[in-house]
Amino acid sequence: MDQIIIQTLHGLVNGMVLAMVASGLTLIFGIMDIVNFAHGDLMMLGAFVGASVLGVTGNYWLALVVAAIVIAVLGALLQVTTLRPLIGRDPLTTILATFGVSLVIQKYALWQWGPSVRRISEPVPGEFTLFHLQYPWYRVATAVLAGLIIGGLWLFLKYGKYGIWIRATTQDRVMAQAMGIPVPLVYTAVFAIGSAMAAASGVLFGPFAGVTQTMGFDFTLRAFIVVVVGGMGNLGGSILASIFVSLLESYASIVVSPAQAVIVSFVVLVLTMLFRPTGLFVPTPK
Amino acid sequence: MLVLENVDAHYGKSHVLHGVSIEVRAGEVVGLLGRNGVGKTTTLKAIMGMVRRTRGRITFEDRDLGGVPPHGLAGLGIAWVPEERRIFRLLTVLENLRTGLDRPGVTPDRRERLLEKVYSYFPILRERRNQAGGTLSGGEQQMLAIARAMMLEPKIILLDEPTEGLMPRMVAQIQEIVHALHRDGVAILLVEQNVPLTLDAAARVYIMEKGAVRHHASAAELRADQRVIHEYLGV
Repeated sequence: MDQIIIQTLHGLVNGMVLAMVASGLTLIFGIMDIVNFAHGDLMMLGAFVGASVLGVTGNYWLALVVAAIVIAVLGALLQVTTLRPLIGRDPLTTILATFGVSLVIQKYALWQWGPSVRRISEPVPGEFTLFHLQYPWYRVATAVLAGLIIGGLWLFLKYGKYGIWIRATTQDRVMAQAMGIPVPLVYTAVFAIGSAMAAASGVLFGPFAGVTQTMGFDFTLRAFIVVVVGGMGNLGGSILASIFVSLLESYASIVVSPAQAVIVSFVVLVLTMLFRPTGLFVPTPK
Repeated sequence: MLVLENVDAHYGKSHVLHGVSIEVRAGEVVGLLGRNGVGKTTTLKAIMGMVRRTRGRITFEDRDLGGVPPHGLAGLGIAWVPEERRIFRLLTVLENLRTGLDRPGVTPDRRERLLEKVYSYFPILRERRNQAGGTLSGGEQQMLAIARAMMLEPKIILLDEPTEGLMPRMVAQIQEIVHALHRDGVAILLVEQNVPLTLDAAARVYIMEKGAVRHHASAAELRADQRVIHEYLGV
């Protein structure tokens, strides 16, 4: 019983971080119809930038903000230089381009920061006792913060002027253009927002397991799974799927080792593709 | 104001417009008649920069539209109401309208007046303002598409078959709105299959066949002598 409660908490916390990574990925997929395979690497790069800023200033919250801004700018540059010229080409071309970018970022991180794990110290100290186990407050704070950031994104998309531009462009690019919405700029902005979300999740996740240059690919895969399971391009679905998959993994790790528990996610992915390819958390299409 | 000179256009490899020349003057309602698939919609898409123009020139207020990006046309005063209406289905009615309102230089006061104006033309849109666009009926979607175009305060509206598939009551309402826009001084390039409506609303009419303009006359002439209409439209 204790185990189950602990793992539920664990699954929720991991799910919120994953939801933050996935919401950026799903936003980009929804509007541009491309899967950005460099998404996790932008997260990793954000974590390294955050760790560096933290090393210099000692201020975690500053590190979080700076990392988000730096990676947003980098994401915008990436979109303009690498992806914008490929719009209208075979989607495979774009996917391969993002793969290339992913490798470049990984190798850059290796060159710049080396292969060792960088630690980000926890900004919120203390633990609380849940039955016999100590659970750090920081993890709870992370989940809450991730929830707030996702909620902020949702409010922005729902009510903001630019949020409406983004949703209109997602639904009908040609009509959006005819209404005077600067669609190329919207693409770049969405890529920047997605990148910033990834970077912020990197800094949030940093204290959990440290920062390495290989962490990105793992998150790309996991975010990709939840984006598919949640219904491609569906923000709410991705968030629910993140929590669902993370909970499943947590419960599975009661029985098997955490590394094996990841298999559960892939099983969910395959089952979703087989039986409900439009996604688990979307209404049945008519 | 809007001038097409000898415009050729291609869809992929097929040659769809052959030397189309059309002119719409400021504040004028011009009809574009023709059977299905003769290039009426394509002509509008050529103006909007959505099909590949291979020859000829399109100018708006003496400005060549060749170098204007697709999202720049709205700012010049050109609004498009497509045949398929293309409502943003997951956006509410009000959000659909906001896509044309949230542009630089629109004061809150002017926003209110613009919204009030379309709500007075289309009271049903006020009732349904918080409903998703995709849940509206066909006629309501057509009204929303026109209202959305009006949010841009355009100088010209390219209106593509606004009455297609609508009930007679709705057709009458659309006809009224075309008159109202005309009174406000908005020019309209009206693509239609509905001959009586076009002859009633437009001052001049172009008739297209096989991707080219075959006939051009004043609506009064066509009303007096319907043989041309019979010849090209078979009605």
